[in-house]
Amino acid sequence: MDAKEIIARRVALELRDRSLVNLGIGLPTLVARHVPPEINVAFQSENGIIGFGAPPPEGMEDPNLTDAGGGYISALPGAVSFDSAFSFALIRGGHLDMTVLGGLQVDARGRLANWMVPGKLVPGMGGAMDLVAGARRVVVAMQHAARGESKIVPELTLPPTSARPVTLVVTDLAVLAPTADGLVLRERAPGISVAQVLAATAAPLIVEGEVPEMQLAA
Amino acid sequence: MHRRAITAARAAELIPDGASVLFGGFMGVGTPMRIVDALVARGARGLTIIGNDTARPGIGVGRLIEAGCVAKAIVSHIGTNPVTQQKMMAGQLAVELVPQGTLAERIRAGGAGLGGVLTPTGLGTVVAEGKRVIEVQGRDFVLEEPITADVAILHAHEADYNGNLTYRLTATNFNPVIALAARSVIAEPEEIVPVGVIPPDHVRTPGILVDHLVERPR
Repeated sequence: MDAKEIIARRVALELRDRSLVNLGIGLPTLVARHVPPEINVAFQSENGIIGFGAPPPEGMEDPNLTDAGGGYISALPGAVSFDSAFSFALIRGGHLDMTVLGGLQVDARGRLANWMVPGKLVPGMGGAMDLVAGARRVVVAMQHAARGESKIVPELTLPPTSARPVTLVVTDLAVLAPTADGLVLRERAPGISVAQVLAATAAPLIVEGEVPEMQLAA
Repeated sequence: MHRRAITAARAAELIPDGASVLFGGFMGVGTPMRIVDALVARGARGLTIIGNDTARPGIGVGRLIEAGCVAKAIVSHIGTNPVTQQKMMAGQLAVELVPQGTLAERIRAGGAGLGGVLTPTGLGTVVAEGKRVIEVQGRDFVLEEPITADVAILHAHEADYNGNLTYRLTATNFNPVIALAARSVIAEPEEIVPVGVIPPDHVRTPGILVDHLVERPR
C-alpha cells in the first residue's frame, strides 16, 4: 500500500454519517473511494454542487457538470447545484461538517500552509482559506515529508492559510492532533514505531502513553 | 423590454481597452467563450479581469491571458495556468489573489449596494495585511471592500428576449453574482427562447439586469 492510499483510507474513517464534506483537489479526492459502506456522506464541490458522483462513461460527459479541477463528474439523484456565493456561505457559515485539504506544512500550533511557496510557486489560495476558516472540522491529508524534509515543522516558514488551527493531520506515518499544548501523536501508521515518527518529524510531538496503530478503511 | 441579440464581435466592441471585466466561469466552465474569442479577435488590450481563476492555457479566460489582452487579473487561483504564472513573473501581468469565498462576497456586496464584507477568511494571513480587523459579537473579522466593474460577461443556459437567464449545474458559479455588479452586463446564452417560455421560478437572473444578449451559436 503506498503512502497516499494509507492516508486516504485513514481519513475515510473520519467521515461521519449524514455529513457534508468537501474534498480538496489531489490526494484528498482519493478519500471518496473509501467511504465506509454504512455511512452516508454528501460531498460538496466548491464550484457549486452537492451530491456528485464518479465521472460518467466516455461520451456521456456534460460540459456544464464538472468538479473544482474542471474534470467531468456525474450528479447523483438528489444532487443540487448553486452559485459561488451560496457555495461559500455553506463553507464559511458552519454548514460544512468537514473539509479534507492537502498541505505543504503544518506547524506545532496546528497552523496550515498550503497555497504558495514564495518565489517558486504561486498557485493561489482558491477556496482553501475559506475552507480552513469555516469548516467545522479541517483534516489535513498529506505526506509526512517532502524530498526527505519533514512537513510537520516547529513554526511555518511558508505563508499560512489561516490563523485557525486545523482539527487533525493524517500522514503516511501518523495521525496528529493540534492542541493548546502542541501536536499530540494520536496514532502511528501500520508497522511504524513511535521512535520512527519522532525521528521523521521536525516539530516536537506530545506522546501520551501507548500510541495505537492506525485503523484503515477498506 | 425586448432586445435584439447582438453578435459576439459587437459584444467585444462594447468592451473598451482598459475596461474592468467581471467574468463568469470556474476552470473555464460557465465562461462565455464566444465573447472571449471575439475579444481576442479584436485585439483587446489592458483589461482588468475579475473572476475565479485563469483556467488552463487555451481554456476559458486563459485565451485572453495568452493573447495579451489582460493587464491585471483579480482571481482566487492561477495554479493551473503556467502562462499566467510566467507573465506574472515577467512583470507583464499583475495578479491580485483573493480567497474564493471573499471574492464572491465582495462582488455580491458591490452589486447589492453594501459597503463591504466582514469575513473571518484571511485572518492571520497576508490577505489581511493592511486591512481593518473589526470585532463583532466577540469575533474578529477582516473588512473586505466591495467590487464592481465596467462590464460583466456571463454565460447562461437559456435566455429569453427580455434577457431573463437560467443557468445549468456547475456552469452557474459566479455568473448570477456578477450580473448585479457591473455597469454593463452582456450575457451569452446557449439558447434563446421566446418570452414566456421560461417559468418565472426558473429565472435566476432577471432580464432587467441584462443590457445585451449575444446571439445563439450557429
